[in-house]
Amino acid sequence: MASSLSAVGWNIRAYLLLARMWIRVSMTYRASFVTLTVGQFFITGLDYVGIAIMFSNVDTLAGFSFSEVAFLYGGSALCLGLADLVLGNIERLGTRIRMGTFDVMLVRPVSVFVQMCADEFALRRLGRITQAAGVFAWSITALDIDWTASRVAMLPYLVATGTVIFLAIFTLGAAVQFWTAESSELANAFTYGGSTLAHFPLTIYPREGIKALTFVIPLGFVNWYPSLFILDKPDPLGLPPAIQFAGPIAAALLSVLAAIVWRRGTRRYQSTGS
Amino acid sequence: MVSVIKVEGVGRDFTVRKKVGRLRRNAFVVTAVTDLSFVVQRGEMVGYIGPNGAGKSTTIKMLTGILVPSTGELTVAGLTPSVERTELARKIGVVFGQRTTLWWDLPLRDSFELLRRIYRVPDPRFRTNMRTFSDLLDLGPLLDTPVRQLSLGQRMRGDIAAALLHDPEVVYLDEPTIGLDVVSKSNLRDFLRETNRERGTTVLLTTHDLDDIEQICSRVMVIDHGRLVYDGGLTGLHQLGGARRTLVVDLVEPAAALELPGAETVRVEGPRQWLSFPADASAAPLIADIAERHEVADLSIREPDIEAVIKQLYTNTSAWSSPPPFVE
Repeated sequence: MASSLSAVGWNIRAYLLLARMWIRVSMTYRASFVTLTVGQFFITGLDYVGIAIMFSNVDTLAGFSFSEVAFLYGGSALCLGLADLVLGNIERLGTRIRMGTFDVMLVRPVSVFVQMCADEFALRRLGRITQAAGVFAWSITALDIDWTASRVAMLPYLVATGTVIFLAIFTLGAAVQFWTAESSELANAFTYGGSTLAHFPLTIYPREGIKALTFVIPLGFVNWYPSLFILDKPDPLGLPPAIQFAGPIAAALLSVLAAIVWRRGTRRYQSTGS
Repeated sequence: MVSVIKVEGVGRDFTVRKKVGRLRRNAFVVTAVTDLSFVVQRGEMVGYIGPNGAGKSTTIKMLTGILVPSTGELTVAGLTPSVERTELARKIGVVFGQRTTLWWDLPLRDSFELLRRIYRVPDPRFRTNMRTFSDLLDLGPLLDTPVRQLSLGQRMRGDIAAALLHDPEVVYLDEPTIGLDVVSKSNLRDFLRETNRERGTTVLLTTHDLDDIEQICSRVMVIDHGRLVYDGGLTGLHQLGGARRTLVVDLVEPAAALELPGAETVRVEGPRQWLSFPADASAAPLIADIAERHEVADLSIREPDIEAVIKQLYTNTSAWSSPPPFVE
């Protein structure tokens, strides 16, 4: 146990070492870093602009006001942004395998998962995070709700579980590339695409869609179920209210699945060499 | 003697799927390495050679833990590579000739600094190593250049220093001199010999450049079609595979091509004749025979060219190794 704990500690240190190194590299081209960060701020902000334009024509969307949708959008985008910052480049696994540079990672004394997560760590992703956090913060001030202690406590809970869910989805999407090296687009559909689905109240989707987003790809637990609690909305599926607090369970299950698939993937790589 | 690498009956198969028809894909088993066994002692410098696709890279990948063997057992520095990969990583150094292990965008100095932390090299040790490598590999002027701006030879020097920074017990060099000019090659070989002598580092190198082997290695392993076909000293290699020596005779008067038992006259140019004879036969009776018939002005013997020996060896072994590379 002690040794596995120290292994975890070492891997976190190694991650920080690698990430810091990539930050230094990006800082040597400061102008380009600033441009990219600001660019990401505005490009990811366009999604929000789209929502704002829509609300200049309608007052509510499936019973949700502008500030409520902004709250959903901000939550989803913030969680995605944080996960993307931590391990966004893991999706390059397939490319690395094809180029043969994955082998280089395998001969270093650091877990390949950690090395893939930290690979070309891009601080410019703070652009997306700042934008999402800004919208999220504004929506919190704009919402006309009574901020009880339990509602306030739900906020960090939402961000934490949502981020973990996206981390697991990123990892799963990358791990699939151990089998099909060309599938990074498929992974993007679940991460970036999934986050876009969660920008909106799930009530706009068919019931089967909501069920899929709850039980198959549990993106609903990122912001939807916590928001039902915070915004005091009825559950369209009529599930017991406990589901609004089941996020950590969904996140844990998905993480375990991701870890298993990743592990099997590396084993497969070691046994097929491709 | 302490053995650092132990390989026992190691084999490695790959399953390859090939399209047959529009939708059907058949699986073929391709054998990359068969029944490989050898032991490398601490401080040995071993050349590992073979034609393309013979199984060299597969072997190296198994020895580093990148690949799991299909059969057999292997240990490096007392560890099972594929199982204890990260622990093993601290004890080995790897240079892939074709691709760098350095970080493309980082100045060489920063790459080394990062490796120091990743491999947890103690500070004094790091400073000593850096000083030594800078001297021997002439890295000083390159340290502040990003790796992507280095020439192939400069990058290779950087890669080799990077592989040795943590004082590994074993270094695998996969084609370390590929694409280098003559001077860089020679410097690199000097450096490897020096490192081996000073630190007792075990070196296993694959190469297509037989000069590498002649100048660095005391032992050669030849692999072909996944089988070890030769394992021994360089001199023994000469005797293998029907290698031939050449006797060059300068007669006083030009004469017709000599016809001698046990030798073949391969070339005649005025008074000079070239006679080819088996490398393991003695030249003495041949010379006596010639002296009996003609007046001899001068004589010289040319040892078989290692390149020719290897070429011969490859063609011979291709004839004996019966298993076809594709088995359904």
